[in-house]
Amino acid sequence: MKLEASARQTAQAVPNRIESWAKVTGQALYADDIEWPNMAYGCLVRSPQAHARILGVDLAAARSMPGVLAAIEGPGSSAPYGIMPSNQDEHALAVDKVTYLGEPVAAIAAESFRQAYAAARAVRVEYEALSPVLKAGAPEKSLPQVREESETGNLHKAVDLEFGDVATGLQTASYRREDRLFYQGNNHVALEPHAVTAFWQPNGQIVVQSATQVPHYVQRSLAKALGVPEHLVRVMVPTLGGGFGGKSELFPHEVAAALLSRRCGRPVRITLSREDVFYTHRGRHPVAMKVETGFDAESRIQAMSFESVLDGGAYGSYGIASTYYTGALQPTTYRMGAYRFHGERWYTTKPPCGPKRGHGTTQPRALLEVHMDRVARDLGLDPIELRRKNLQPAYSVTVNQLDITTSGLAACLDAVERMSSWKERRGRLPYGQGLGFACSSYLSGAGLPIYWNPLPHSGVRIAVNRDGGVHVACGLTDIGQGANTVLAVLAAKALGVCLERVQLTTQDTATTPVDLGSYSSRVTMMAGNALLAAAQHMLSLLTEAAAHHWEVPAEAVARDGEDFCVDGGGQRAGWTEVVRWAEAELGPLAASGGYTPAPPRGRHKGSGVGPSPAYSFSACVAEVAVDDLDGRVQVKRLYVAHDPGTPLNPQSVEGQIRGGAVMGLGEALMEAQAFNPDGRHRGPHLLGYRIPTILDVPEIEVAVVGEPDPNGPMGAKEAGQGPLNPVIPAVLNAVREAIGVDLSETPLTPDRVLRALERRRREEAR
Amino acid sequence: MPESVLRLIVNGRPQQLVAADEMTLLEVVRDRLHLHGTKDGCAAGSCGSCTLWVDGVPRLACVTLAKTVQDCEIVTIEGLAGWWGKQHAADAAELHPLQAAFAEQGAVQCGFCTPGMVMGGAALLRDTPSPSRAQIQEALSGHLCRCTGYEQIIRAVQAAGRRMLDEA
Repeated sequence: MKLEASARQTAQAVPNRIESWAKVTGQALYADDIEWPNMAYGCLVRSPQAHARILGVDLAAARSMPGVLAAIEGPGSSAPYGIMPSNQDEHALAVDKVTYLGEPVAAIAAESFRQAYAAARAVRVEYEALSPVLKAGAPEKSLPQVREESETGNLHKAVDLEFGDVATGLQTASYRREDRLFYQGNNHVALEPHAVTAFWQPNGQIVVQSATQVPHYVQRSLAKALGVPEHLVRVMVPTLGGGFGGKSELFPHEVAAALLSRRCGRPVRITLSREDVFYTHRGRHPVAMKVETGFDAESRIQAMSFESVLDGGAYGSYGIASTYYTGALQPTTYRMGAYRFHGERWYTTKPPCGPKRGHGTTQPRALLEVHMDRVARDLGLDPIELRRKNLQPAYSVTVNQLDITTSGLAACLDAVERMSSWKERRGRLPYGQGLGFACSSYLSGAGLPIYWNPLPHSGVRIAVNRDGGVHVACGLTDIGQGANTVLAVLAAKALGVCLERVQLTTQDTATTPVDLGSYSSRVTMMAGNALLAAAQHMLSLLTEAAAHHWEVPAEAVARDGEDFCVDGGGQRAGWTEVVRWAEAELGPLAASGGYTPAPPRGRHKGSGVGPSPAYSFSACVAEVAVDDLDGRVQVKRLYVAHDPGTPLNPQSVEGQIRGGAVMGLGEALMEAQAFNPDGRHRGPHLLGYRIPTILDVPEIEVAVVGEPDPNGPMGAKEAGQGPLNPVIPAVLNAVREAIGVDLSETPLTPDRVLRALERRRREEAR
Repeated sequence: MPESVLRLIVNGRPQQLVAADEMTLLEVVRDRLHLHGTKDGCAAGSCGSCTLWVDGVPRLACVTLAKTVQDCEIVTIEGLAGWWGKQHAADAAELHPLQAAFAEQGAVQCGFCTPGMVMGGAALLRDTPSPSRAQIQEALSGHLCRCTGYEQIIRAVQAAGRRMLDEA
């Protein structure tokens, strides 16, 4: 059996993945699969305490163990770094104190992993225990400071935004309501654990092969941590086994591998265990939230006030951005007269939180949609009707100064309403069963880079060779979402050639123009637009060459399939022939293009978080059955509609919608990055931390709606993150419908459901 | 550290090596035989990424001590097409129908779970040519996938099963 995809491909037939042949045969190489000559293995020594001063690190015993090549500790080993320019608070190996259980303190390199692991266990570290800080908010005077350099105690960041007069809007409302929700944190659980190989070459260049979503940011941060110029660091990303935000910044193991390599003169591999991944974390923040909304007599939102308190863990990470994101996208779905947001992020002695699929918008969306449902109940309105009265329209500006272009939000509502037979079935199901609705929106790429710079967010260089092949170079990173395929398909379409002509070089900082990375659903939008710019340039070179050859004006040159021809004339030449004419005339052919989003409209502090060239929209109806004896919530069916603009790769878009919905299901029902009081993770393994299996997944009916977006490449918006967001509140709302109990925290594990039912029984008995 | 001579037939080829008794089959396959298609997602038997066949039975290589499979026949993802070819007198370069179906049905995203899924699914199809949805779910319930939401994987197994019956 031969792969259809390996046969002649036209630009019209889109394969699921250009590299799927390698993934189904075991030929695809991931970071832990690549063998370097003379490679050594590294292991990190991790703190067994959540919060403690380091009194001493003794490496002597470890150094004398068999096979040990190098041993390092924190002080003096590397400079501080951090993904946000204003938060350079991390060291690869802890210097004075440890601030979460699992924080790396020392590192060993040895001939084999088993030897490195044995030596790591022989490292003696003396600690003086400090009180752990486990809760965000509510400062207790007696608690020690997690980050001693912080000028605001354990409060990492507080932000306030107000658009319009919220106080008056709430006071004069004809109806108002307040709701709260605690959204538990959770981990990405990409199936591939993080892994890196670093080689500090004798010529001073440092070559790094790492499982990262952001080679450009890793290059920048690693150069800073190691104190070398950026051009000496080359970061390459092998096939990546999933990211979901969990591989979006520089990590201690990446720095440690480089440092160990310098000490032993050999390439050093460090691969994290699954337990390491749970302690390295950077996943979804636990957030406690409150929303208050005032409605006018027509049930339209007059004013909304939203507050969130994020439990950030031990370091800044993306936290400032995460904090702003918990207030940024509420107005993209609902028009409102006035809007206020207060956000706080707190340091605690737990693994740092960061971005996970939906970055900072997932938690507030859950509360907002639960809140809208309760409002609808109070006002005696159908929940979908209440949303319809309040939708932010297409081609509009939100109250917080975000520019909306196309919007398939209304179409999403219609689609899930129809698919679920909402009107016929809602409210008519027996006790224990329910339908719940929610909708949401997400960015198609952040409008600003993480560090300020005026350069393109994505660059593409196209070379066309005399063999007729097209070589596309772009720094983008395929994390499994299909970014390479989208780039190749767009190149073939834009140049009018067969897909099989296209070769890619991506995810390598040395040989490709910069792309900022696979985060904020930005790759299709930004690399896609950069590609189109480069392709247009290349086509004009070729068209000119054909025009010169035929002595006709360039406007007379047309395309017929891959061929170039002159309308009405007899001239015709194949792609490769025209490429040769052009190379003879111009020399080797190359063209480049870049993409920079338009500057944000807002001028206020914090206006950099939220703007995007285009927004995707989603809606979900969940159908659940709740067993009120054992508290189990079973999701029977999901109906998900998504507006990705033009779906460039329809099979891939469907895959993103389904995968996102199932990840949302896990967050709603079972996943919790939770800790014991001593700072130990409650189950840092895939038995203790359950993610949905093939048995947990209900039938999911998918609808793709929307229209081409003028800002998107060939009309495309995002699909990678948006479809997750409505699933969690849809399940929460469905459970309320099923058993008549409002739940105030996630995930909806049986114990939480039973406690809520018990509370209601007690209240009814009173 | 005690060591023994380990004899295996891996993807049809006899292998003999000296390995520490504590070595897992996963370590032998990946580190000693350089067959990196079999993946390590948890090292605890929870994710299914390391699934390969031992005497035709899908096994979790990460929790199988190599010395317990002395003299056994091992098939890894790299050897599946060859195994299939042998059964059907076909060209060894051809893919197992399930490998082709995974690619065509969109069952592959990041691909890290794919080798294990394919080995699990191929064993099911060998024994149950036309599996029901429930049988597919049961057979693959020990395989985690974080990308796809599983539906395309079920479709791939069904499509491959249909194709195998058509061609039989």
